[in-house]
Amino acid sequence: MKYIDEFRNGTIAISLSDKIAELVKGFRKITIMEVCGSHTMSVYRYGLKRLLPPNIRLLSGPGCPVCVTPVSFIDTAITILHKFANEIIITTFGDLFRAPGSSSSLEKEKAKGASVVVVYSTRDAMKIAEKNTDKKVIFLGIGFETTTPTIAASVLEAERSNLNNYFVLTSHKTMPHVMEALLRDKELNLDGFLCPAHVSTIIGSRPYEFIAQDFHIPCVIAGFEPLDILQGIYMLLEQIVKKEAGVKIQYSRVAKCNGNPTALAILDKVFEPCDVEWRGLGLIPKSGLKLRNRYARFDASKVFRILDFGFRIDSGIQNPHSASNGCICGDILRGVKTPSDCKLFKGACNPEHPVGACMVSGEGTCAAYYKYGETEP
Amino acid sequence: MKNDKITLAHGSGGKLTHELIRQLFLPNFSNEALSQLGDSAILQFNGARLAFTTDSYVVKPLFFPGGDIGRLAVSGTINDLAVVGAKPMFLSAGFIIEEGFEMSLLEKVVNSMKETAAVAGVEIVTGDTKVVERGSVDNLYINTCGIGVVNNGVNLSISRIEIGDKIIISGTIADHGLAVISERESLGFSPSIKSDCAPLSGLIGRLINSGANIKFMRDPTRGGLATTLNEIVNTKKYGILINEQNIPINNNVRALCEILGYDPLYIANEGKVVIVASANDAAKVCDILKEDDLGKDAEIIGEALKEPQGKVCLKTVIGGTRIIDMLVGDQLPRIC
Repeated sequence: MKYIDEFRNGTIAISLSDKIAELVKGFRKITIMEVCGSHTMSVYRYGLKRLLPPNIRLLSGPGCPVCVTPVSFIDTAITILHKFANEIIITTFGDLFRAPGSSSSLEKEKAKGASVVVVYSTRDAMKIAEKNTDKKVIFLGIGFETTTPTIAASVLEAERSNLNNYFVLTSHKTMPHVMEALLRDKELNLDGFLCPAHVSTIIGSRPYEFIAQDFHIPCVIAGFEPLDILQGIYMLLEQIVKKEAGVKIQYSRVAKCNGNPTALAILDKVFEPCDVEWRGLGLIPKSGLKLRNRYARFDASKVFRILDFGFRIDSGIQNPHSASNGCICGDILRGVKTPSDCKLFKGACNPEHPVGACMVSGEGTCAAYYKYGETEP
Repeated sequence: MKNDKITLAHGSGGKLTHELIRQLFLPNFSNEALSQLGDSAILQFNGARLAFTTDSYVVKPLFFPGGDIGRLAVSGTINDLAVVGAKPMFLSAGFIIEEGFEMSLLEKVVNSMKETAAVAGVEIVTGDTKVVERGSVDNLYINTCGIGVVNNGVNLSISRIEIGDKIIISGTIADHGLAVISERESLGFSPSIKSDCAPLSGLIGRLINSGANIKFMRDPTRGGLATTLNEIVNTKKYGILINEQNIPINNNVRALCEILGYDPLYIANEGKVVIVASANDAAKVCDILKEDDLGKDAEIIGEALKEPQGKVCLKTVIGGTRIIDMLVGDQLPRIC
């Protein structure tokens, strides 16, 4: 595959690995957080930790969309399924399908006969709505700035084409605010951020600048291929060793300073910032996106009156049943604990029977530890 | 069992399928032949060794690039017989048909079964037809059973695998699963990916007749190469290390996997065989495979090692290593 295999070159990987080792030889322990779940997956998929010297520690951050989606969101979707059983079809990205709510999951509901369809994009969900005019089709919109523009575009398209049976139930989140929340966490001690590739293609590098300026923490926007990550780590270490802090772009073939203005304009047209609950991190002000009032007729939380069920997605107050016993996903998402610290890990909590969301999504830290084994020195 | 309903993951060939087999089927049907959990049961009968197997085919769509449900139903059962070292002889065919199904499509499927059986020199000698109400099945399901004969001197068994043995795959992986997914989801990926669905009895027969020291074979169908290798090392005193660089995979399959977020190691094959052979004979096995069109992309992909016991490890393209676990649940496309 052109433009991919070049970034998986074993010889270059080894030479980058040598350069990294040379740069930090005799240096103190350095902690780098890879914010995005796709980075975590790539680190494990290619066995990258084995190519890093022992004084570099990689921490997985809160950038796995399924992991940070609160239990109450899944409970809400399931409650809508129950209350409007024959009227609706729920469409979802694959990763969310198995994510546990407080007592069920979309997968289990489907097995019981509910209409739940895994789709690849909002386009598929809209096609389902076009074909099933007697049903109300709800798309579960989760994820960061990478996916949110596509959901915004679907709402605009539904408005333009008078698709009146298409709705979105959203729990969208934005990246820089959560990074700020992590930096304010006293328990965390970070030396640098490996910033997400795809989110940054949309938002650009400017939204991270306050991290370098106000917190003196260097940031590098890195691609998801193994050489991208190794080079990104090298670019971070160069700054850490020199005690500098700036925002640099390793993924320059796609991510630009100003991001993608078209996508940002669509995003801004349809969505507005809101306070939102992050699984394990709690309520983070202005870190979410909700549909603007103008598009209220597409907003499933309003159309299906979920407030009447006692759920308050945007308020951060969870359904009282939703606390998972003993699960430390929250601490893992904040990077202060690893899955091996959890007494449920590999026992009560495993990929077949996940307790916490970090085990459900393939991008989750627990699932990655479980699947690929922990190799941290 | 913890989950009180059957989910699709119970049928994916991964961990939950194995849980179902070990916790429900094995204890209830308990007998010596079944307990081997081979692709076919090996039965001693009047001094002869018979191989006996069954499989049901529910593929959707019924027709896909490179094959159809009929070709699949015949090839799949033939392959399950062939990999235990048997010469496939006779097949049964059971049809469960949805009311309203097009007769012309059924004819197409039956013709495809006829052709595939003829190529493999197998006869379909008994059958059954059921028609059920519209909506009770999805168009057409087929069950086939097969009987074959294991010749004297053929001795394939997981228990013969030793440290140092080589792992060989007969060709590119993940073609079938991806062909079916892209046809089912109308992904419009061009050029279209063709299923590898084919009867392997001829190819495997030549391997066995060559006298090469083959220890064990399995066709990596549902759950893919990763699942088959895990089944081999499960509870054993050795592990398997495979080299990502050596695993043959078509470029368009790899590209589509990248786009959808699938791992090709877990995607089904229907015309491939994993062979464990002694280190001395591995190259010879590979050469014999390469002489045949169905084995032209064969490669030695790894070997059985002392450590880590009971695990499959992959040496990645960039020189790292990771553990390849059994598939949990169905693979799901990722968000981003």
